[in-house]
Formats: sequence, C-alpha cells, structure tokens
Amino acid sequence: MIDLFQEIYTTVRQNKLRTALTGFAVAWGIFILIFLLGAGNGILNAFKKSSSQFNANSISIQAGWTSVATQGFQRGRQIKFKEEDIELLSDELKEYLYNGSGEIRISSPYSTLKDFVEGNVYGVYPSFQDNEVVQLIRGRFINEKDGVEKRKVVVIHEDNVPILFGTDEVIGNQLIINESLFTVIGVYKGSDFKDSRDVYVPLQTLKTIYNKDEVTTITFLLNDIKSKEESEALEKEIKTVLAKKHKFDPNDWSAAWIWNRLMSYLQMQKAENVINTAIWIIGIFTLLSGIVGVSNIMLITVKERTREFGIRKAIGASPFSILRLVVVESIIITTFFGYLGMFAGIAATEWLDRTMGEKIMDAGAFSRTVFLDPSVDIKIAIQATLTLIIAGTIAGFVPARRAVRIKPIEALNAR
Amino acid sequence: MHFKLTNAVLIHLHNIHKTYPGIIPLHVLKGIDLTIEKGEFVSIMGASGSGKSTLLNILGILDTYDEGEYYLNNTLIKNLSERKAAEFRNRMIGFIFQSFNLISFKNAVENVALPLFYQGVGRKKRNALALEYLDRLGLKEWAHHMPNEMSGGQKQRVAIARALITKPQILLADEPTGALDSKTSIEVMSILKELNASGQTIVVVTHESGVANQTNKIINIQDGIIRDIEESKSKQNSPFSMEGYIK
Repeated sequence: MIDLFQEIYTTVRQNKLRTALTGFAVAWGIFILIFLLGAGNGILNAFKKSSSQFNANSISIQAGWTSVATQGFQRGRQIKFKEEDIELLSDELKEYLYNGSGEIRISSPYSTLKDFVEGNVYGVYPSFQDNEVVQLIRGRFINEKDGVEKRKVVVIHEDNVPILFGTDEVIGNQLIINESLFTVIGVYKGSDFKDSRDVYVPLQTLKTIYNKDEVTTITFLLNDIKSKEESEALEKEIKTVLAKKHKFDPNDWSAAWIWNRLMSYLQMQKAENVINTAIWIIGIFTLLSGIVGVSNIMLITVKERTREFGIRKAIGASPFSILRLVVVESIIITTFFGYLGMFAGIAATEWLDRTMGEKIMDAGAFSRTVFLDPSVDIKIAIQATLTLIIAGTIAGFVPARRAVRIKPIEALNAR
Repeated sequence: MHFKLTNAVLIHLHNIHKTYPGIIPLHVLKGIDLTIEKGEFVSIMGASGSGKSTLLNILGILDTYDEGEYYLNNTLIKNLSERKAAEFRNRMIGFIFQSFNLISFKNAVENVALPLFYQGVGRKKRNALALEYLDRLGLKEWAHHMPNEMSGGQKQRVAIARALITKPQILLADEPTGALDSKTSIEVMSILKELNASGQTIVVVTHESGVANQTNKIINIQDGIIRDIEESKSKQNSPFSMEGYIK
C-alpha cells in the first residue's frame, strides 16, 4: 500500500501543473457549491425567521370606503365593521374560518410617572395572540375574563419597559392611558413586524372607554385552505357576505380590504423553492465541471502514460494493478482537493456569518432580517465532497479501463 | 510430425500463424516451427517486415497468435487472460528493448526493482536485490540516477539488470544494440554472452549479422517463415569479429 502511494506521489510530483489544475477544478467546484448553499441558506433562514413572526394561516379584513354607488347609496361612503360582523363571518363561513378576532386601534399617548410614549392602543380579543403571533416574555396575554369584566389591563412592548418603568419588574405596575389607570399584565417580545409603540388592552374595555362600537380589523385563522385558488375563492365569499350586510358592491375593491397572509406565505414559499433549486442547479453544474475536469485530465494522463503502462505490463504488471494505479491517483487527487475545497467553502461561510451573519434592513417603521446564519449543514458538505470523490473515481476508472484493455505490445509502441 | 518434449526444451513453437487484421490483412507469420532448448543463445535474423519482431512478441506473450501451439517450459501459452499473461511474463521472461523502455521518472534502482514489486516483494528486499544486480553490471554508482542522466549503454545495462532480477527462464532481446554505438554494442553483447555462459537462455532479434554472429544459433526469417537455421560455432572466424561489427 505504501508502495502504491509512493508511486502516486512520484507521478503527481512529476506532473505538478497538471495535478494543480485538476485539483483546482475539484476544489473550486466544491467551494462554490458550499459557498452558494451557505449564502442561500442565509437568505432562506431570514425568510423562515420572518414567516415565524406571523401566522401564515391568517386572513385580515379592514373596512374601507366605497368606490361604487350601489343600492341608492353614493360612492365614497365609509364602511364600518362591528363586532357582530365577526360572528356573522364565523357563522357563514365556519368551514374555513375560525378563531375570529377583531381589533380597534386608537392613537393615544400612554404614560407613567417616569415618562410617556406616543403610541397606538389596540383593543383586542384573546384570539389576537394566536392570529398575530404575540410572544410574551413576561406575564400573560389578555384573556376572556378580562374582556367580559372589562378589566383595565394592558400588555406592552419590551422596548418600552426601560423607558416607562426603568425596571424589569413591571407586572402589576400602573400605566395611564387617556386618563385611566391600566395594570400591566404582560410584556411581549419585539419582532420585525411589531411596532414597539403598540399596546394591547381588552377590546370591550376600549369600547366602553371610548364609546366606540367598531372594529378596525377583523382577523381569522384559515382552516383547510391550501392553494391560491381556494384562497381567492374564500376572499370572494367573505366580500359577498360583508357586502350583503353593509350594502356595498361585492366587486368594489376599496370597500373592504383583505390581507391574506396565506397568499404571501405561498409566494414566499415559492420564492424559497426557486432560490433553493437555483442554488442547487448552479452548485451541481459547478461540481459537474469539476468532475469533467478530473475525467478530462485523467484521460490525458492515461494517454500520456500508455507507453509506461506498456512497459509495466511487459515486466509483469497485472491489469488490476494498472487500474488501481490510475483510479487511486484519481481518488487521492479528488479527495485531497475536494477536502481542501470543502474546508475553504466552510471557512468562507463562517466568514460570511461573522461579517454579515445577521443583516437587518431597517425600513423605519419596521425592520426585516434579510440575511441570517449563512451556514451549510456539515452533512451536506460531506455528502457533496463524497459525491465528487465517487465521481472522480468513475472519472478515473473509465480511462483506466481503456489503458488496461490495450494490448501490451500496442501500448509499448504507443507514441 | 512428432515432437518429443523433453525437460531440456524451453520453447516449442508448432505451426504458428499470425495475421494482422485490416483492410488488407497482413499475414506476418506463416507457420513457424521452432524449438529452443535451455541454455541456448539464439538470434532471430531477418529484414524489416520479415516477422521477426512479431515472433519475439509472441515468444514474450506480449502479442497473441492465431494458429498453432506455443509451449513455454511445457506450458501451453494460448488464450491466456491478461492477468495470467502478466504473471508468466513477470516470472518467466526478461525483456531487453531497443529503446530501453525504462520508466523516466524512476531512478535506476526503482526501475530494476519494479518487476519484484509486481511479485509482491517488500521494498527493502527488492531494492537491496536491485542494487546487487546493478553492482553486477557495474552501475552501483549510478543506482540513484534517473534514466535521462545516463548514457545509452548505461540505460541498456539498467534494462538488463531489470530483466534479470526475476531470474527468468528466458531473456528476450529486441534489437538490444539498435540504439547504441559500436563500442557500447560490443559491451552489451559481451554481457549477454557472459550471461549465456552462466546458463541463461537468450533469444536476440536483430537485423545486424554482426550481432547475430555473436550468438550460437542463427534463425533466418524471411516473409514469415524460417528459411534456415545455422549453427555459428566459429564466431571468431566470422567476418564480423568482435572488433568488426558493422554499424
């Protein structure tokens, strides 16, 4: 075995440039694959993080202004939804919609003795927590009882804790909203889509205080809706139900606004798949070019060495020993440089992780993570390298078999 | 025809035919009958295209034949697998080529030791043995030189050492002096003669009568058949004496 390696070492040393070029093709192929996968994962991970911050399965409806005159009404009439609309939709479309919730938004400052924040007060249902994925880091969210008893309780954003209270022990403290005292019952986690100025109170409480029988947004979770087509059909149904109740044209696009997160989720998923596929295709073709490089060079090598193989055969080299010589050389070159490429690729993704591991795009009102944790599963890296080694073996095997098949006398007379 | 195969017979050819296929098939050997005994020093002579090299390649199991029988050391050499052929070549035959056929990126010792590598002999042992053979051929100081650092005569001596290292039954030399000047040709031929004197069977293919006359038996080949076999016992009396090689 040592002899075999010695043989290969000599031939490799004999053909430094050739070996280096082959090696480069291999290393480059695997490097590009891993680097691309790493960068792609950075984008995909950011996607995933964003989509975990809202419920992809939810649909929101907001009232708007009519743009078409209908049933004797002028155009430009404001539509207002009420709590009963939530029940109406739940009843009419109960196969598809559940966990209905409504909210009222009121712009209002809120304060403590320490400081104040100019923010938005949301009157919400307990189901809001699921629909909008509100993660609590302290305390609890608004529950049924808070609503029924119209308690003055509030859930605040984590960023406002230091501003308003200056201490982490905020549960049970008082917050003044529009001259009423509210008790803090929970603190929610900030995320890309959450405005830090938003605080949540029970819808019923807000209704009473402001004497406002209205919901700005109605939200449901979707049941059994999977495709774009089903989703669009459902939107149409919702509009029809609401149009009948509020007397607007069901085709009036501006009377009710529907934001269907499933649709954007599906689009995002599609984008994810496209990115993923694109990366793999580019990567595999780069890898393939590496393999072609190896097989090409092995082909030339075998041709160049035909006479030498003839000599070896004449003095008693078995076909197997010749085959082994070529194939093992090919394996060693691909393994060594494949490993090098893999190592460099992983190092490059690590570097990417260090320098721009979490790239956040700040859009003012909200910020979005656009690049997160660009790394490749070590298993995939090893698999890709192994694939290359196997391909390198085959790439060496084909010309080697040709070298073996040629008659010793023909090999001796070659060139 | 009846042949008696005795122990002394090393090579026995019977009605060997060889045709190279092609658009116009080339019938190179047209029925060769030949017997070479152990310890003989034989030359096969003929013009180019006479089929002498083909005959040597068949003797060396480097090439196949179409018809007839070839017995090497009482073993029928026919339709062998390449693996078996390689083994026979390795154990029974030593080759000397016109163009030396040394492996360019291996030094003298490694070249000489290579046949033993294919026998599975350990590195230390085969290198020691190779050094011994190089010493015997007066190349001890050149043991670690690469072929391109040596003269033609030195290269051919390395090749002879490589051919001898497996203690082959027969040494086959294809124009061994073809690429050498007359002085080194004499050197190489005297080495072969010495080897023969110590019992080595040798077959030389040549087109030079000066070389052929150094051997004990000259087989003249013409157009694929053996024309005659002459015993040249009185080498010293031949018109081409040691000093008078025609180059």
